[in-house]
Amino acid sequence: MSKVYIALQDNDESRYIVEAIEEVNEDCTIIHQPAMIRIEREHKLVVVREVVEEKMGRDWDIQEMHLNLITLGGNVDEDDDFFTLEWKQ
Amino acid sequence: MAAKKLNIKDKYRLLTRDLDWDFSYEDRKDAFPYEEFEGLKITDWDKWEDPFRLTMDTYWKYQAEKEKKLYAIFDAFSQNDGHLNVSDPRYVNAIKLFLTGVSPLEYQAYQGFAHVGRQCGGVGARVACQMQALDELRHVQTQIHAMSHYNKFFDGLQEFSHQHDRVWYLSVPKSFFLDARSAGPFEFMVAIGFSFEYVLTNLLFVPFMSGAAHNGDMATVTFGFSAQSDEARHMTLGLEVIKFFLEQHEDNLPIVQKWIDKWFWRGTRLLSIVAMMMDYMLPNKVMSWKEAWEVYFEDAGGSLFKDLARYGIRMPKYSEVIEKEKEHVSHQAWWTFYTHGHATGFHTFIPSDEELDWLSEKYPDTFDKYYRPLWEMAKEKEAKGERFYTTGLPQLCQTCQIPMLFTEMDNPNQNSMRDTVYKGERYHFCSDGCCDIFEEEPEKYVQSWLPVHQIFQGNCGGPEMTDILSEYYKINVGADNMDMKGSPDEERWNKWKGTA
Repeated sequence: MSKVYIALQDNDESRYIVEAIEEVNEDCTIIHQPAMIRIEREHKLVVVREVVEEKMGRDWDIQEMHLNLITLGGNVDEDDDFFTLEWKQ
Repeated sequence: MAAKKLNIKDKYRLLTRDLDWDFSYEDRKDAFPYEEFEGLKITDWDKWEDPFRLTMDTYWKYQAEKEKKLYAIFDAFSQNDGHLNVSDPRYVNAIKLFLTGVSPLEYQAYQGFAHVGRQCGGVGARVACQMQALDELRHVQTQIHAMSHYNKFFDGLQEFSHQHDRVWYLSVPKSFFLDARSAGPFEFMVAIGFSFEYVLTNLLFVPFMSGAAHNGDMATVTFGFSAQSDEARHMTLGLEVIKFFLEQHEDNLPIVQKWIDKWFWRGTRLLSIVAMMMDYMLPNKVMSWKEAWEVYFEDAGGSLFKDLARYGIRMPKYSEVIEKEKEHVSHQAWWTFYTHGHATGFHTFIPSDEELDWLSEKYPDTFDKYYRPLWEMAKEKEAKGERFYTTGLPQLCQTCQIPMLFTEMDNPNQNSMRDTVYKGERYHFCSDGCCDIFEEEPEKYVQSWLPVHQIFQGNCGGPEMTDILSEYYKINVGADNMDMKGSPDEERWNKWKGTA
């Protein structure tokens, strides 16, 4: 199986995004490295706007993720409510 | 009544697709003269979509916010004498190499994407290229700003732009980009957008930048991650480009595969410099080059190629050689720089005993057998006051322009050399990969500006080496070059730290 991954800058906003990712993506792996947090999962990983908003306690635009994003691997799909990384096979 | 907020998809359609127009009185082919130049078949540009669906207004909004955050950190770094907090003054040599070797590539990427964006017939791709061109311009600017602080306190950063155009080892990154920029627009997009961005820049901007943080360099990690936040978009563009070409026409497959083969090989050669930065120039270690390679090339690249297999794409040619090289390249490259340290614009040094042990642990199959003995010999000589420098000029590979420093992977005691004859002249290469690339486009590579050849032809001043270094390269001889030990950098550092 192929792994998708996303890395975020280690800061206060990312911590909520990571919590939200952890909640909706069962069995994802979270790796802390200096100044960054890397999250991996087999096949597919989703960031859900509503869940991030719940954790942050404020409105959050999915495109705000660009501010904290470092890198990613997988085919991207983005809409108002979610951001998905996926390998098709 | 408040205006209804558009959703991302509608906004993208209105602010991207709907900006395009049809050609009524001009021939479309005249407007996009390079579109068919490389033989790719594109039937429907409307199939192109940016999965981030980023529009220009959102782009400016978030980029402005990134810049504000970044410059606040630069100010704090400089106001608090951030250079005094780096782990070890040897670390700054990695920054010198970054500024002279990498930052000017950001400028070339800007020029390349501005040109290529103009040549794409589809508006979606055009807008994405325009954003990438602006990003790259931002990267070169922020990197120069970040490193200008170091320039006030350390040698070797003052002539980065001049040196990028002339110095022997800097012709490696420079010629890599010139090769891509002088290709057709779609080869450029595969070279830089896909091979370089998607698979290779991750190795420079992720583990190396994390390493900068681990070495107390707040300014560098911040510009690095700020740049990389744009790269995530570039990587996505790179992958979309490949999928788009392959979905447009089956005849595109062999062309795209050939470009992937070429640019993966070119890219891995270029990364030998990054390999040695990771293993030898970061005093506090995060991960070895080999480990970074396994995570970002083998795992991430492996998944990528498995995904692309549905289009008929296979792993890049010579992947099996590349796999073996992760055990060797960083050591072979740093040894070459160490022995040519009189002709470099930064300081070289022998790894500390602790670092040698770390390398032995990280490279159990190769380091003690092939490379540690070299460093033990260098240590003995240095202890006797016989730090040595190679006086000869190295032979360069006609394609990648790297000195012939690589060995056969199955016999690391044997230098790897290939040659071929074209129009009665013999040309030399470091590998089968570079030789193949030459043979595919000999008329391009016979024109390579090879620094050593240029020196021997008398085009770089001289005849003495010190004249070439100081007058032609603008290296401040005796300050910028030679060993870290005994350098003015080291002396100043000890004075600042009160350890003199």
